[in-house]
Amino acid sequence: MADSPASLGLCLRNVTIKLESTALISLNDTIEPGEVLTVMGPSGSGKSTLLAAITGTLAREFTMYGRVLLGGRDVTDLPTEARHVGILFQDEHLFPHMSVGGNLAFGLKPSIKGRAARQKHVEDALTEVGLDGFADRDPATLSGGQRARVALQRTLMSEPRALMLDEAFSKLDTDLRQQTRELVFQKARARSLPVLQVTHDHSDAEAAEGRVHLIA
Amino acid sequence: MPASASRTDGPRAGYLAWVPRLTLLVMLGPVVAGLTGTLAPAFGLMPAVGPTRVTLEPMRALLDWPGLPSAVLLSIWSGFAATSFSLLIVILVCAGWAGTGAFRVMERLLSPLLSVPHAAAAFGFAFLVTPSGWILRALSPWVTGLEQPPDLLVLQDPAGLSMIAGLVMKEVPFLLLMTLAALTQARPAASLRVAQSLGHARVSGWLKTVFPIVYSQIRLPVYAVLAFSMSVVDVAIILGPNTPPTLAVQVVRWMNDPDLAFRLQAAAGAMLQLALIVAGLGFWRLAEILIGRLGQGWIRSGARGHPGVDAAVRAIALMLGFLTAVLLIAGLAGQMVWSMAGFWQFPDVMPDSFSLRSWQRFGPRLVEPAIETLLIAGTATLCAVLLVLGCLEAEYRHGLRPANRAIWLLYLPLIVPQVAFLGGVQTVSIAIGLDSERIAVILAHLIFVLPYVFLSLSDPWRTWDTRQGTVARALGASPGKVLWAVRLPMLLRPVLVAVAIGFAVSVGQYLPTLLVGGGRVTSLTTEAVALASGGDRRAIAVHALAQMAAAFVPFAVAMILPRVIWRNRKGLLNG
Repeated sequence: MADSPASLGLCLRNVTIKLESTALISLNDTIEPGEVLTVMGPSGSGKSTLLAAITGTLAREFTMYGRVLLGGRDVTDLPTEARHVGILFQDEHLFPHMSVGGNLAFGLKPSIKGRAARQKHVEDALTEVGLDGFADRDPATLSGGQRARVALQRTLMSEPRALMLDEAFSKLDTDLRQQTRELVFQKARARSLPVLQVTHDHSDAEAAEGRVHLIA
Repeated sequence: MPASASRTDGPRAGYLAWVPRLTLLVMLGPVVAGLTGTLAPAFGLMPAVGPTRVTLEPMRALLDWPGLPSAVLLSIWSGFAATSFSLLIVILVCAGWAGTGAFRVMERLLSPLLSVPHAAAAFGFAFLVTPSGWILRALSPWVTGLEQPPDLLVLQDPAGLSMIAGLVMKEVPFLLLMTLAALTQARPAASLRVAQSLGHARVSGWLKTVFPIVYSQIRLPVYAVLAFSMSVVDVAIILGPNTPPTLAVQVVRWMNDPDLAFRLQAAAGAMLQLALIVAGLGFWRLAEILIGRLGQGWIRSGARGHPGVDAAVRAIALMLGFLTAVLLIAGLAGQMVWSMAGFWQFPDVMPDSFSLRSWQRFGPRLVEPAIETLLIAGTATLCAVLLVLGCLEAEYRHGLRPANRAIWLLYLPLIVPQVAFLGGVQTVSIAIGLDSERIAVILAHLIFVLPYVFLSLSDPWRTWDTRQGTVARALGASPGKVLWAVRLPMLLRPVLVAVAIGFAVSVGQYLPTLLVGGGRVTSLTTEAVALASGGDRRAIAVHALAQMAAAFVPFAVAMILPRVIWRNRKGLLNG
């Protein structure tokens, strides 16, 4: 397989996921840096399972065939934490026992040393999304839109090389949904991240302005 | 073989995977070894003391004991009566009141009382119902006309009624909490609404739609209650009849007899106790099937229940439920008053004066057993919590699905009667050269602490949203960091509750401390139970309260600590 062209994006090479002997989903595609691929299908079609396979959190009863390459590197056998694949779910999953700043610092790479420097990174990231001075807040006191922005920034702090969106906007109401979506796509493009979103909502697909892969 | 099948275990495969097997070994190894160690002497095999010839002599000696028929009958009767009555109260309270405000009040009253050790609860009950106890004092002389305590045998009555009442008081909170856990899965509100909209009365509607589902979930706890009530020793020493006592108490007497011939007879008695419990469970199972059949017919009959009967049943159930809580609380209050009572003449409801003299007198004697108790409970609980966390984490990391049979294994130490294997555990621990009685006792406590810690922690652990873990891993955290920095802090409260339950279970253990410690390990519980025959109220009150405090303080910590630590974290305060 060394002959295939190396892409810096997210390359799913003949990926098939099976539950026992039934194939749930098959995909052979490359998402280039800055591109958004939308996978659409009804619930139960295995969309989230695809993301679990890419992040390396596939439940035991599923079997994955094929390879996942990211930035030209085969990550198929790496543990989740070594893959550098960020993920956002429909719930933000902010850690309830940490402050907002603590949540961001959890994502920030350890290579940034020193209390002051790490603190500054966290505060800058909050300012970037209009949440200046939120570092000490309890995440449970934030509004839905604020939580979504904190979750996004937390993911970006870990400097992922690809971003997965698992129905990430489905809980937000229409206005907020549009704003949040724009923010996420804009930041992902600015960082040249390949983005794979799964959704059952057409407006998510349209907003992504990218290719759409339909599954049954 | 797929050319490139991928698993998520990554390079850490196998890590922690051995913990479930170790846990089973620690929990069931001693049960199996102990049963063998008890079985052998029952047939005359006791190499340590000489006779090594297979013989039925111990069995014959047992059968020749004139007290055997009544001891056996007493064990069977008290076990079945206590279990049926506790179950009936719990079922009717849930049928009549689940989901109401009164029910929540009862739940709040009874859940902390679960931590009251059996011995402390039994002493408290004794303090209330004895002829010179609070109940008769409250009614004298204006109702009863009594100026002197009557010469009545209320406690240790030959029919075992006070023992049964003492057991019911302790088993109702346990079964109620087990039923509540089952209820959250059975969606009772929806079923009940449908039944009521079809014209069924509340209690009979609940019994027809919710009970069958709930009972299948609480079957094992019920079996544990039956086995426990048939073979309990500490409660039977305090409240049960003496001549003859229950079979289990008599077996323990024989085990502690200096004449070694009685050891063999004790082993035979222990085997009989095991057989009784196996037969008792079989009989209970048959009754379940029979009642199930009758219930099917009742459901098909379409009867809608009688509103008058329904209201009466609800009222009685509520009364009995609250009576349980009131008796437990009043018993503890009675002990508190006795422990500080000065001169206290009969019909007076309160003593003439209060003083700390009893505490000053018996307090210093409590220090050593208290330290021993804390040491044993602390070590056993720590080991249990680490093993259980290891099991649950292994399950999560390796995607293991525990088989349904696994839950049976958890209940095994709670169903096999203690007298049938603890004697053997002592024999085996000596045989393998374990020369520290304290360590042997800790290992014996671990057998009983492990199932409760597992049952308490597994639900909150398994219902934790694993996507929280996925998010943390995707942010670059290793599985270890997810455990220590995310999962454990989020589950601080259930972990502390599990610690408190483990601690309370260990503090309450009487027989494991007595038998496996060979009488050389004294805990607060063994000291308190030893006072039962003496009848010094003040000494008993001080000891029972100390035992109670040792069991209760960890619960208070488990309730308060998370509130203090997470006082600024709303997301965790109501978890």
